[in-house]
Amino acid sequence: MLKKIIFQIFILSFAFLTSAQNAETGGMPQLNPEFWISQIVWLVITFGILFFVLSKFILPKISNNLETRKSQILENIESAEKQREESEKKLKEFDKIIFESKNKAKNLFNDARQKVLDDINKKRAELEKNIDDEVNAAEKEIDQLKKSSHDKITKIAIETSSDLVKQLIGEEVNNSSISAIVEDLSRKNKEKHNGI
Amino acid sequence: MAANPMYQFNVYRIGPEIKLGQIDISFTNASLFMVISSLAILIIFNLGASKKTLIPNKIQLLAELSYSFVSKMISDTAGSKAKPYFSFIFSLFMFVLFCNMLGMIPYSFTVTSHIIVTFVLAAFIFVGVTIIGFIKHGLGYLKLFVPSGVPMVLLPLIVVIEIISYLSRPISLSVRLFANMMAGHTMMKVFGGFVLSLGIVGGWLPLSFSVALTGLEILVAFLQAYVFAILTCIYLNDALNLHH
Repeated sequence: MLKKIIFQIFILSFAFLTSAQNAETGGMPQLNPEFWISQIVWLVITFGILFFVLSKFILPKISNNLETRKSQILENIESAEKQREESEKKLKEFDKIIFESKNKAKNLFNDARQKVLDDINKKRAELEKNIDDEVNAAEKEIDQLKKSSHDKITKIAIETSSDLVKQLIGEEVNNSSISAIVEDLSRKNKEKHNGI
Repeated sequence: MAANPMYQFNVYRIGPEIKLGQIDISFTNASLFMVISSLAILIIFNLGASKKTLIPNKIQLLAELSYSFVSKMISDTAGSKAKPYFSFIFSLFMFVLFCNMLGMIPYSFTVTSHIIVTFVLAAFIFVGVTIIGFIKHGLGYLKLFVPSGVPMVLLPLIVVIEIISYLSRPISLSVRLFANMMAGHTMMKVFGGFVLSLGIVGGWLPLSFSVALTGLEILVAFLQAYVFAILTCIYLNDALNLHH
């Protein structure tokens, strides 16, 4: 293995030496002035044409392309910005409309409720008034009945008493005296019942 | 002959010999790859520029990303005053980048691995930047060599150093690119040669090295183009905004 490496190094150095020697004997073709003028002339021609065509025709086009692209992009960004602003405005308008309509709906609902409540209250008041009236009328009737019943009872008692007396003693008794007695008795009874 | 790692840098004539008076301006393989690089750049960027869609396709994205990359590089290093020089720096960056990248294709030729090409580019930049500096600031541009806040005693020395460093700019700029390209390609060729000479037994080590080197060289190809362009921007910044 070592032998092989040494051999290779030997070969390599040999090859390098020979090539270096070759280079030395050949010299540098760059320093041979035979074609210097020709190279200068052709350099001037080709580079001149290259420079002329590039600067007159090609580079302005490229710079123009770049400029138009830049301006187009700027324009697009501007229009996008504008559209965004517009959409924001529209969104605000939309929100406003929604808010307003919500308010309106609330008002309508409140109004309707108020109306219904008012209606109900009114009806209830009417109803209560009716009931009160009827109750009053009934009470009045009851009072009247009470009052009239007392008189009727007294009258019935007087008639019954006069009839009773007539049957028992077979004689007409003065109604007025009987009524006085009955009234006196009934007052007494009433006092007894009422505890006065 | 092909085993020579420098052979790949040879320039040879393609087609007939073209002579302008005494000067030989024949079409060579170097010229061919310059033409290919320029055409590739023009075709790719023309395709990327001609379509006008809001969402770019791949080639358009490539062109636009390169555009913004270079644009950002310039505005970061040289400020907004450097805008008029954008197309030059863009062309420069793309040319160097494509030449470097095309050189990574096996059996192709790397234009930027020739000192004369990089030196002409660097010298042009140097002269151009100096002229811009003098036009913008007049003789005040010479203040570049006199940094503020330096003690009077040190000033003569500093000024000499500044002038030398300024004058060495084109050399450092061109040699950096040329040496990187040449060294990388030479190294790849040497390791490729090792694979062949060591054969099936020992060739795997240099082969794996070669694979790693290819990745590294692609990185270097991009990086050197970037460095070349950004140094141009920095020199331009010195000329435009004189605050040393």
